[in-house]
Amino acid sequence: MTEVKNEKKARVEVSQSLIRRARAVDNIWTVVFYLVALFFLLLLFAFAGYVIIKGFTGAKPEMFRFDRNGVGNYFFNTVYLVFLSLLISVPIGVMGGIYMAEYAKDNAFTKFLRIAIETLSSLPSIVVGLFGYLIFLVATKSQPNLLVGAICVAILSLPLMTTTTEDALRSLPPSYKLGSMGMGATLRQTIQSVLIPACVPRIITGVILAAGRGFGEAAALLYTTGSDTNIKWNPAAWVNPSLNPFNPLRRGGTLSLKIWTSFTASVGAEDVANLSSAILMIMVLSFSILAHYLEGRIKKKMGDTK
Amino acid sequence: MYSKGKEKTWKFFVLLCGLLMIALPIAIGIFLAVKGNALFYQYHHTLGEFLFTTTWKLKDDLVGGGKGGAAVFIVGSLIVCGLALLIAVPFSLAAAIFMTEIAPKWGTKILRPAVEIFVGIPSVVYGWIGMTVLVPFLQNVFHLKTGRSVLAGGIVLAVMIFPSITTVAADAIRAVPVSARMAAYGLGATRWQVTHQIVMPAAQTSVLTGVILGLARAFGEALAVAMVIGKTPAFPKGIFGQTATMTTVIASRMAELMEGSEAKAGLWTIAFILYLISLFFIFLIHIIAAKGAKKNK
Repeated sequence: MTEVKNEKKARVEVSQSLIRRARAVDNIWTVVFYLVALFFLLLLFAFAGYVIIKGFTGAKPEMFRFDRNGVGNYFFNTVYLVFLSLLISVPIGVMGGIYMAEYAKDNAFTKFLRIAIETLSSLPSIVVGLFGYLIFLVATKSQPNLLVGAICVAILSLPLMTTTTEDALRSLPPSYKLGSMGMGATLRQTIQSVLIPACVPRIITGVILAAGRGFGEAAALLYTTGSDTNIKWNPAAWVNPSLNPFNPLRRGGTLSLKIWTSFTASVGAEDVANLSSAILMIMVLSFSILAHYLEGRIKKKMGDTK
Repeated sequence: MYSKGKEKTWKFFVLLCGLLMIALPIAIGIFLAVKGNALFYQYHHTLGEFLFTTTWKLKDDLVGGGKGGAAVFIVGSLIVCGLALLIAVPFSLAAAIFMTEIAPKWGTKILRPAVEIFVGIPSVVYGWIGMTVLVPFLQNVFHLKTGRSVLAGGIVLAVMIFPSITTVAADAIRAVPVSARMAAYGLGATRWQVTHQIVMPAAQTSVLTGVILGLARAFGEALAVAMVIGKTPAFPKGIFGQTATMTTVIASRMAELMEGSEAKAGLWTIAFILYLISLFFIFLIHIIAAKGAKKNK
């Protein structure tokens, strides 16, 4: 009798110790996961904070000027280049997204198109830059200029614009399309005056994300835009079109290229590169935070209507 | 207003933009292939020499006759990217599990946006901080002559690919049906047991897709790596050694070479290899996805 009792007791003890162990292991892993998450939050804040603070504390007032020694002109080039690239990528990307969502049939061609878009989005930016260098500069024998850089950045952001537009169109309630078509509108009229206007907030979010990525692009511009800039803000100097800031066919280094050239340049360029990094960081952070905020608002709105 | 002409032009432009999306990657491939071919046809190097020998001394003229062994760059890329994966994958998985299993509310509200912001930080900024902070740090801690090393490149790349892997992995883990978790919890499993034995195996294929996407990004990254890895075109002597990768040699040499020269043709060949590698990764992802779909059926 006692033997059976002892055996039972022993079994209970074994299983209890197993449970205790499982719980202990579980607790240890929970702590590990918390630590990793905390580590990354700290890393992001430390990284962003360090770049911004270091950039501005080392900056001298003349560095902010829009002249030969300041980073102002590089800042202008960065914004202007991204603006030009969006002029190209937004219409083409939106039209591509419309094709994917409304016209593409479920066949081998569409599958191929999807793989092509995926390939485009995973191509190294330096490869895209070399392509732009080859067909727009080497083949046409022209000098590096902003427009070619903008085309390369546009190629890099095309997949993002296409998929954003396609997702936006697909997430609309079918009643939008049915209602419009039921009134006798053609598919084109429905897309142009009902579906696309309803997608505008999402498309804008995509544009902001694309712009944020475009600001920091450097590898694609390395051989396409030229890394220096000598634009003049005095209209009298614009007789020479290469000095006119608004001429897209001039050389124009961006902030990211300024950082890259500081790496290869001799000493003394550090403060300028630090400041360029800080400005880039602020631009990128504010754009991606804005995009997240808009996305959150769109989600909330969609949730309310349901 | 309805007019047949308008409908037709509209449809034409929509289709044109779709076609452009197909034409671009194909055109890029063709141009790089044509340019890269010169190394083999015009300057008579063999593919074996290119892939398996280590002396990269091509002549910057139209006569040629140099040596075109790119093995150092290929191996350099493999080592640096492999190291980056080794560092990034455990952290990425942990962060993804934290976001989905441990603290879903906190994770989606704070950690996920933070990780996505990481994606947007420009690679030159990573490179610059790597060069001005990480490199001197490694130099002091390990008493090296210079901190520029394979390890520095691996760490910078790991920080860069961590967000891409994390977001894909988190989506994959979230897609595992709740019923699978419920069943395991119902049997008395702990959270770690559920995560480790039920959720992760179920999410495996999609997580692998994320890892490959991260690897593809690491392979194509040029400037950040170039800034921290040094310029020695030789096999690295250990983890603190210097080396060069396919992207860094293009980034640092392309500008100074003469158009049409043997040396430049060599760089075009390397660029074409980079293109092929990113194609390969895309196909790998599709094969894995197809296999995963089969398994689920």
